[in-house]
Amino acid sequence: MNEIKEKKTISEETSSDDMKVLDDLTSSEYKWGFVTDIESETAAKGLNENVVRMISKKKNEPEWMTEWRLKAFRYWQKMEEPTWPNVHYPQINFQDISYYSAPKQKPKLNSLDEVDPELLKTFEKLGIPLEEQKLLSGVAVDAVFDSVSVATTFRETLKEKGIIFCSISEAVKEHPELIKKYLGSVVPYTDNFYASLNAAVFSDGSFVWIPKGVRCPMELSTYFRINSQDTGQFERTLIVAEEGAYVSYLEGCTAPIRDNNQLHAAVVELVTLDNAEIKYSTVQNWYPGDKEGKGGIYNFVTKRGACRGKNSKISWTQVETGSAITWKYPSCILQGDNSVGEFYSVAVTNNYQQADTGTKMIHLGKNTKSTVVSKGISAGHGNNSYRGLIKIGKNAEGARNYTQCDSMLMSDKCGAHTFPYIEVENESSKVEHEATTSKIGEDQIFYLNQRGISTEDAVNMIVNGFCKEVFKELPMEFAVEAQKLLAISLEGSVG
Amino acid sequence: MLSIKNLHANVDGKEILKGINLEIKTGEVHAIMGPNGSGKSTLANVLTGNKNYEVTNGNVLFEEKDLFDMDPETRAREGMFLAFQYPIEIPGISNATFLKTALNEIRKYNKLPELTPTEFLDRIKDKAKVLGLDDTLISRAVNVGFSGGEKKRNEIFQMLILEPKFVLLDETDSGLDIDALRIVSNGVNIYRNPNNAFLVVTHYQRLLNYIQPDFVHVLYKGKIIKSGGKELALELEEKGYDWIKTEEFETENAWPESE
Repeated sequence: MNEIKEKKTISEETSSDDMKVLDDLTSSEYKWGFVTDIESETAAKGLNENVVRMISKKKNEPEWMTEWRLKAFRYWQKMEEPTWPNVHYPQINFQDISYYSAPKQKPKLNSLDEVDPELLKTFEKLGIPLEEQKLLSGVAVDAVFDSVSVATTFRETLKEKGIIFCSISEAVKEHPELIKKYLGSVVPYTDNFYASLNAAVFSDGSFVWIPKGVRCPMELSTYFRINSQDTGQFERTLIVAEEGAYVSYLEGCTAPIRDNNQLHAAVVELVTLDNAEIKYSTVQNWYPGDKEGKGGIYNFVTKRGACRGKNSKISWTQVETGSAITWKYPSCILQGDNSVGEFYSVAVTNNYQQADTGTKMIHLGKNTKSTVVSKGISAGHGNNSYRGLIKIGKNAEGARNYTQCDSMLMSDKCGAHTFPYIEVENESSKVEHEATTSKIGEDQIFYLNQRGISTEDAVNMIVNGFCKEVFKELPMEFAVEAQKLLAISLEGSVG
Repeated sequence: MLSIKNLHANVDGKEILKGINLEIKTGEVHAIMGPNGSGKSTLANVLTGNKNYEVTNGNVLFEEKDLFDMDPETRAREGMFLAFQYPIEIPGISNATFLKTALNEIRKYNKLPELTPTEFLDRIKDKAKVLGLDDTLISRAVNVGFSGGEKKRNEIFQMLILEPKFVLLDETDSGLDIDALRIVSNGVNIYRNPNNAFLVVTHYQRLLNYIQPDFVHVLYKGKIIKSGGKELALELEEKGYDWIKTEEFETENAWPESE
């Protein structure tokens, strides 16, 4: 009998050792949590018309832009914060946030040599190949640090093709006709609470314009980072693909570790004309908060694309591993006949993270097609909701949608929810919805263990397999990055 | 190679193994036969460390090391391999990726260099040929959409790739037609050598026509109640398990619980 006791103690020790290792891994998981010590210029907390004017003035904006912001601000003041998402957080005090923070620098930089070396080091830590010579891999980066776009690389190469890739503040000054035509044309400043707030105070972001018939020869990329404390980041991105144009765009996001929650309310607008295509990929790794749910980014984002032209296509791919709360629904308005909308998503919630994410596919044109593939992974106390709307308008003859929502649960304290909305006004259309929920299989883990693979690696392998349909939509190098991120996000989630 | 002493184990609080004693030496092939519910699969799962099976007494030495000190992956890396009765599906992960990861983990543990992609590919092609597997099976997701026969063949394929010291075959013959049975057995016979050992768990004698065991043990109600040479399997086939059941009380003490 003594022997039995001994055995049990040993196995308990082993498992508590395992747990410790897992705990250590989990607690060290956010590897992008450093703060860069550079001088920055930050506005006092609070929001009123003067702050909006100040932001506009800081950016040397023309009068029409200031007016647009003010209209948005006045509209926003009358709006109420939405409470319908399946997420819970204390009331945000919008007067307790600073709406502008910029690294103190010379107003205009001509080359990378002029950028603050501290800032360049930060980007190096983030793994952004900012220096031009490193960009042979074909990635052009527009890096947004807090509120200002620091440097845009590869501009010259793009210029030759007639492509515009610059910060949105620059575009306001240099391409006002395009901005006036397209800004707010997909997401108007009246759209929703956070989109209106963004319209009033947006600090920077990217602008991409691909001229008629041009295929952008490289992946374009923006890297966002929130560095200062108590600042919100309100970037605004606008991408326009003219007739027959094509571009693939990637955004990545990180933030330092802060105890308090930080607000990120971005707006992304995409427009495709006849036969044009935009592929928009996101790897979102904002600070998710600690294991007890303290701190982390509130990620309230409005992303929408309009397939205005016939045979045009917009494809959203997102890998959401970060943020304390994620609230976003990258959507497609399929106006042009035969236009195609796609949404591929992996959303991970671990510890106390909450995500309410999905898409809206609005079919207006004839023979429009949409595909939705959503993979939700919940671990720890995480709460993951898919919310999606498929709307088939009355003129959308022959429209088709296929939706697949799969949820994987990795603990018994996490949650997965699905809220699919389907509105069909045309009888010739076809809408399919499939949904599955599964618990990560102990038998799968044991099978891999039995082949010499550790439990951590087994979990990663199973989860990667689960997400494969989404990862294969990402550009190669980012797919690898996304897999690593997923592994880090889920470290220690199965004991 | 493997020394099992007085092994007791529970499943869901119910005692299934009630004192197993078994010695398996390098180069030997042992067969465990028994009626349904006698504890055959439990033995395979306990040896490989499945958490759903609780060891309550006894000990097992694997190559002189305490087996129960090792987690399942360490047992695998030490050279223990289970060909599953019901191979598990891993959607989205190709057989090749899975095997490459497993093989390199095992090699790393044994301080061997990882195989280069070319070496790995050569090994895969080589072994696939032995089992008459076509290349598409290798790039398909692990066991997803495989027929019963393909799954079993895939288990043997993995065995050939990973080159374990000790192989447990858990009802590998179930669900196989005669051709598949021949191919699978052929894989085992090719691999069988004086440096490894097998424990073949089976309900039917027919597998043992192809894989000739050195020893046959009859498991009944959680105990080995009879052991003998390969002729014991034939006798069982002829007389059926009822023969054992009726003889149970006489034989229980007549046979020392190892060969």
